Amino acid sequence: MKPAPFDWHAPESVAEALALKARHGEDARFLAGGQSLVPAMNFRIAQPAVLVDLNRVAGLDAIAVGADGSLTIGAMARNAAIERHAGAVKSHPILAEALHEVAHPQVRNRGTLGGNLSHADPASEMPAVMLALAARFLIRSARGERQVAAAEFFLGPLTTALELDEMLAEIRLPPLPPRSGTAWLEIARRRGEYAMMGVAAVVTRDAAGICTAVRLACCSAGPTPMAAPKAAASLVGTKLTDADLAQAAALLKQEIAPTGSVQASPAYQRHLAGVIAARALATAWERAA
Amino acid sequence: METRQIGRPLTRNEDPRLLTGRALFVDDVELPGMLHAAFLRSPHARAAIRSIDTDAAKARAGVVAVITAEDLGEYWQPGPLLVPPPPIKGMVFRQRCQVPLAKGEVRHVGEPVVMVVAESRYVAEDAVGDIVVEYEPLPPVIGLEAALSSDSPRVHADLPDNIAADVHQAKGDYAAARAKAAHLIRRRFTYDRGASNPMETRGIVAQWDHKAEKLTVWDTTQAPVFIRNGLAAMLGLSERQVRVVAPFIGGGFGPKMMMFYPEEVLVPWMALRLDRPVKWIEDRLEHFTATTQERSQVHDCELALDARGKILGVRDDFLMDTGAYNPYGLTVPLNSQCTLLNCYDVPAYDSRFRAIYTNRTLVTPYRGAGRQHGIFVMERMLDAAARELGLDRAEIRRRNLIPADAFPYHNELIYQDFAPLTYDSGNYAPILDKALHAIGYAEFAAEKAKARAEGRHLGLGVVCYVEGTGIGPYEGAKVRVQASGKVTLATGVGTQGQGHFTSFAQVVAEQLGVDVRDVEVTTGDTDVFDWGAGTFASRGAVVTGSAAHGAAVEVRTKILKTAAEHFECAEADLVLADGAVSIAGVPENRITLGELARLANPMRGAVKPGTVPGLEATSYFGPQMGATAAGAHAMVIEIDAQTMRPTILRYVVVHDCGTVLNPLILSGQIQGGVAQGIGNAFFEELVWTDDGQLLNASLADYLLPTALDVPRMDVLHTETPSPLNPLGTKGAGEGGAIPVGALFAQAIEDALDLPARGIEVSEIPLSPSRLWEICNPSG
Repeated sequence: MKPAPFDWHAPESVAEALALKARHGEDARFLAGGQSLVPAMNFRIAQPAVLVDLNRVAGLDAIAVGADGSLTIGAMARNAAIERHAGAVKSHPILAEALHEVAHPQVRNRGTLGGNLSHADPASEMPAVMLALAARFLIRSARGERQVAAAEFFLGPLTTALELDEMLAEIRLPPLPPRSGTAWLEIARRRGEYAMMGVAAVVTRDAAGICTAVRLACCSAGPTPMAAPKAAASLVGTKLTDADLAQAAALLKQEIAPTGSVQASPAYQRHLAGVIAARALATAWERAA
Repeated sequence: METRQIGRPLTRNEDPRLLTGRALFVDDVELPGMLHAAFLRSPHARAAIRSIDTDAAKARAGVVAVITAEDLGEYWQPGPLLVPPPPIKGMVFRQRCQVPLAKGEVRHVGEPVVMVVAESRYVAEDAVGDIVVEYEPLPPVIGLEAALSSDSPRVHADLPDNIAADVHQAKGDYAAARAKAAHLIRRRFTYDRGASNPMETRGIVAQWDHKAEKLTVWDTTQAPVFIRNGLAAMLGLSERQVRVVAPFIGGGFGPKMMMFYPEEVLVPWMALRLDRPVKWIEDRLEHFTATTQERSQVHDCELALDARGKILGVRDDFLMDTGAYNPYGLTVPLNSQCTLLNCYDVPAYDSRFRAIYTNRTLVTPYRGAGRQHGIFVMERMLDAAARELGLDRAEIRRRNLIPADAFPYHNELIYQDFAPLTYDSGNYAPILDKALHAIGYAEFAAEKAKARAEGRHLGLGVVCYVEGTGIGPYEGAKVRVQASGKVTLATGVGTQGQGHFTSFAQVVAEQLGVDVRDVEVTTGDTDVFDWGAGTFASRGAVVTGSAAHGAAVEVRTKILKTAAEHFECAEADLVLADGAVSIAGVPENRITLGELARLANPMRGAVKPGTVPGLEATSYFGPQMGATAAGAHAMVIEIDAQTMRPTILRYVVVHDCGTVLNPLILSGQIQGGVAQGIGNAFFEELVWTDDGQLLNASLADYLLPTALDVPRMDVLHTETPSPLNPLGTKGAGEGGAIPVGALFAQAIEDALDLPARGIEVSEIPLSPSRLWEICNPSG
């Protein structure tokens, strides 16, 4: 449980970090909070020859709420900082609700949102939350920068749209419309454990109490965070009655592709998804009032 | 000061050191010039070793030695049979013990193949990665029933099949009991266990002092004296030349009683050969496959009852996975076989088990050590019988409890300690009644109905258990009063968190009239005390405690004799209290124990012929057989019927382990045991593939219960002293863990009304996922 030898670089600027990554390519990994990468290195599952440590790079951890209620989060913002950020809690309360279930306080103190998303573990909460919030990611490299929608970012287990020389630099969340409610719900074997199933629900209603928009996404539900657009669409125009929720849950169970784990069979995961999607939607709907 | 010390709820003498990080653990041993070992371990459950290329590893900078089985020469020997089987008529027992490094064939994932010693653990692990082993994978033996088929591959090619043992024991005439039964209940059960996962994994440091010609070994063993004796013999040293220290150990639970682990054989040998200290600390990944575990049993049981629900007889036939080797003999299956009878009067018993070799990690006792398997079977059978007979589940138990006037109660089987299975003492009905009262059994039906009306699913469980504890052979203790007036106690057992520094001190202080804080206890250092067997089978308080009591009684006699001579009075006129002896009624005529110790060890002048110096005594205690503790657990659980997530609402333990030495320590033992029982019942499971790979060898995937998963519990006691030892005590190390699987099964069935749906819980461990599958067999 000791890592293989590696070279460690500690750049102090984004430009320097990107230059190092460009130079070392696939031999190099960015080190953010280290909560996934370092254990993998200790198991020697990951044996990067070079670590580019981002912890000394200035200006990557800002959290800012825009006048319109949008939110930008620097990739190196610690999960605990986001969880406790008063503006973020108000603008996108599902962030704090889901982060509260991410591992344990010690891990959240160190782990970063950018590192978590770049790791792209399909069992992780935050990629699913990003889908449900229609996040966009600012990606930088020595060649320039580009933006990618969350829906196009996660390509497979531990696989993202990031090129070898690219860094996820910033997470941009559009504002939630008025009369929106959100909820994160997950079922894990123990507190802080990987979810056997997790569901993010974002619901918007109009002044008459009719649902106008829904976004749903699940973790531990397939090779990537899994959106459930058909289930979401089925609720638009309804009042989210129990029957509506049951129909949406049934659709969602068809839209996901859980593969099972040592903790849960695929059939149980699918069952759970239906149960907690209905519960999360009901909670989000109440909060949208 | 209190004169009674036994029974006081004292906080622990050792805790200030432990809580402030000043206690020595094996990994704290840092020595100049120390080298570090790492092991290449088999990635296959079963494979032939075709070749091993260590050239690149040897060439790596910082590598000092790379050793294969061939390099060990005559030092390569299979480990000793630790526990030979008891003399049971007609039994089959085929011993195959673990080897230091695999030769020719690997038999389980994690079996060591090559040892590397280097200047750091980092370099040693790098060098392990340099080694190339050519394996030819062979089909492994994994499933128990498949292992029995005639075309199964064999774990040990030189044996005719995979049967490690085949043992039949009987009491009474089961066939006759069956013939007159009004009811016959038949069920099949599977019970899997996990890894003990102590907070501290195994570790060993060895140092050869070539000037003193002495080998010192720090080892996380539960049996330092046997390790010392064994190492001396293996290494060709005299026992005087080997010192084994088992310092503070972060949990033992049984697997640290196994010996000799390959690393225990190899690290001291390497330290001698290289004349440099060598350290090996097991990492958690290694722990999951290289430290012994407990594992599967499959039971087919039949219960014969009369029309009133009185047990007439039990027949049980079970298979047990013993892993790739069986150095621990039959301890685990014998415990299952014997403990199945539980606290009930069973006139006829017919039991057979077969222990099966498989290509999985070795099985040796882990807290409960097979007892929970037996308890699970009997308690589940009674639940099924209660339903068939339309009896209340508490009532069917009450009708079958061994009556209080039936002790000593003879079960006519041979137990793991080779002694007949006889329950020395007990009074079971008050235990059950106390548990039922404390959990609110009488009111529960109404509580359950009220909750159900709110859509909540509450269930209650109540189960009984016994625990054979405090077995022989013997332990010893040496007590001495120092010139300072403080008292030392030394014993050969190791300590892994049981509170020995306090409970043994209480036993001594009780006799010597000193403050418990003034008794300094040394455990697990063979240079201080080197007779004894070790810490296992819930025997420390019983066997070592009784030895400490015996030594303290002798020292008390010496104290009074010395004081009587000093005061020139009769011993009967003396009072021993508060660290001094005084004359009754004349408290100013007083001499401290320190002064008496100096009188007993004069520097000048003549002593009487035959005088033995000092206020010191050594005493040994060996019980004629084990003392049987008993108890009942009761629980109210709530299950989310959709997600199958459980929440424990109330938990009651009623425990009878005879005389209680320290209720605070006892409560800690029981609560820790319940925590492990909860882990076993609902969280922990070693998940293996069909080709013998462990899928969850990390604490991220193998789920130990956390503080949030273990409820507060009411721990209540009854006290039925054992007549087998002077303290009247019985062991308490394992009772907390034993009945929890049976308790969960019953409470979950109750919460979800499973029997009414034709569903029973017949397996452990459970999980939300598994429970959902059981409840939804069609998916």
